[in-house]
Amino acid sequence: MMGVILFAIFATAAVACGINLVLQRHPVTSALSLIGVMGSLAVLYLLLGAEFIAAVQLIVYAGAIMVLFLFVIMLLNAGEERKIPGKSLVSKLIGLPVFVLFLGLVAYLIQTQYTHAGSPVDFDAFTGGGPREVGMALFTTYLLPFEVTSVLILIAILGAIVLARKEID
Amino acid sequence: MNYFLLTLIKAGLIAFVLVTVLAYLVWVERKVLAHIQLRVGPNRVGPHGLLQPLSDLVKLLFKEGFIPSHVNLFFYLLAPFMAVALSLGSIAVIPLGPQIDVFGIKTNLGLADVNIGILFMLGLGSLGVYGVALAGWASNNKYALIGGLRSAAQMISYELPLALAIVAPLLMFNTLSFREVVDAQGGYLFGFIPQWAIFQLPVPQLISFIIFLIAAFAETNRIPFDLPEAENELVAGFHTEYSSMLFAAFFTAEYGHITTACMVASVLFLGGWQPLWPAAYGSDFFPVVAHWFFAAICFWHARQPARSYDRYTMPILGIILFGAGGLFLVPFLKPILVPLFWFLSKVAFLIFTFVWVRGTLPRFRYDQLMRFTWTFLFPVALVNLLITGLLVALTTK
Amino acid sequence: MDFTLPPLPISAIPLSAYLILSAILFGLGICGFLFRRNLITVFMSIELMLNAVNLSFVAFSHQMKQADGQIYSFFVMVVAAAEAAVGLAIILTVFKNRETLEVDEVDNLKL
Repeated sequence: MMGVILFAIFATAAVACGINLVLQRHPVTSALSLIGVMGSLAVLYLLLGAEFIAAVQLIVYAGAIMVLFLFVIMLLNAGEERKIPGKSLVSKLIGLPVFVLFLGLVAYLIQTQYTHAGSPVDFDAFTGGGPREVGMALFTTYLLPFEVTSVLILIAILGAIVLARKEID
Repeated sequence: MNYFLLTLIKAGLIAFVLVTVLAYLVWVERKVLAHIQLRVGPNRVGPHGLLQPLSDLVKLLFKEGFIPSHVNLFFYLLAPFMAVALSLGSIAVIPLGPQIDVFGIKTNLGLADVNIGILFMLGLGSLGVYGVALAGWASNNKYALIGGLRSAAQMISYELPLALAIVAPLLMFNTLSFREVVDAQGGYLFGFIPQWAIFQLPVPQLISFIIFLIAAFAETNRIPFDLPEAENELVAGFHTEYSSMLFAAFFTAEYGHITTACMVASVLFLGGWQPLWPAAYGSDFFPVVAHWFFAAICFWHARQPARSYDRYTMPILGIILFGAGGLFLVPFLKPILVPLFWFLSKVAFLIFTFVWVRGTLPRFRYDQLMRFTWTFLFPVALVNLLITGLLVALTTK
Repeated sequence: MDFTLPPLPISAIPLSAYLILSAILFGLGICGFLFRRNLITVFMSIELMLNAVNLSFVAFSHQMKQADGQIYSFFVMVVAAAEAAVGLAIILTVFKNRETLEVDEVDNLKL
């Protein structure tokens, strides 16, 4: 019941923000739309019983990665994209219907493939996504990937510093 | 009683009290700062300037909401709303007291009891930077932009030690729910040392508490870390171009941030509503004694008035305090008011610390600020977390 | 006093709705990647695609009643964080050398 209403609201919000991301010419508007998508997805994760992932989505994605994006946009003072004249009329006229057709095809395939798929999604249908369960899985079954990821992040930090530092002549 | 209706009533009550308290925090801050600097502070509007917040509000309401022509209008208007909503939002998950029984209705003091409350609070806190950064960018003013950029960098950097400082006590409590955190801090070692996180064995979390406070100063853009709005470099930083109620929104957001940070600190480290010493030694009667003590001071002042009107205002204040102290003796109100008193007095002490630091310390330089967090605060928080984790692992079966 | 809402046409959302939403978001990500010419917006479109994939991971995790799908999306987030750090550093360097963020103008091997 509550699940249907929340899904309707936040799925619509996610799609609207996604469309806005693609249509807007200014990177700051796009970034804000992406934050909107991420916030809506966090609510959908809560609906799916993934409490920990929802919180991480807010903290890491919306709170850290997107701040970094916004920071770079503000730092470089990126303005609106220039309009490039002379796009072919055919692509303008055909592009959107073909895109909608493609999405419709995908939706049709998913619908036909998953009609029999078990339980519908609602609150309390699955409660194994709390911090305790996810942490348990991370530090037992997935311990090696987890540790390798920390090395990956270390390398990324080093790479970012090397790339972005000032050249000392 | 319908759960929905009950929550609605609680939300309305908490929102009303919170907004009033936020308005009076400005008065408290000005008054305390004034006394630190040997001044009088606001004393014109009402006795002791007590009506100053009201007059400020009226002034801000009727001021022209001037919008400069060169701003990015949508984001310029959106930023203050984001700042206020995100700073006041985390109050929803902070518990204010234990379960109480009013007219046969059992309810928790506080709005929502979320089992990942601390993660929720961190999530909202990490989103808080957008209000400031967007305000700085949308103003289309170089001072505002520099303020917004500084704040973005500063808040990302200080979030790391903040989160690490929170994780250390959570390792001992083994929960992410605020209410369970407070319950885990009940009881007394040897019958008199409170089991608050900063006193609790195996690792007293004093270092985490200090790191948390320092990081909270930076997160709330307060002196000594108020670089985003440094007056003598950046005019007023990110809110240079704002006036009227939009400016008031940023003010509310700042004080809301301070209040929630102090509440989280007192829940995580100072035991929430757990009293300082056991009820067996009469901690339940401390609120009464404290109120009556201040009432007595008021009456004494009334006999030797420093200002002519003190002869009338001081007895009134004393009678109010006397009555408030008496409320703690009413058996029906006692289980509600005593925990609230302990919790709010801890919060008030921490807020006073914020003002105290502002009156005492100078501002950091920007490079010092960044070097401080990355080369000192962050490593210390990591080492503290490591030691805590090791000792917790060794002592638990 | 009881608040009851009128009954809705569907009582619960099926899994396929989440998958279709994920597909739509992924398609929008591809569109942004192809249409936009600002480097940062292109990068953000990639993040949108990653988010869409995360949604289907979590939805399948709900379907399978296992936390494993959520672990995958956790790793995706971590990798996205690393990718954002390096990618934005590259964008900063490109801007420093070429003074532009338009992908069409960054087409010379030599400066």
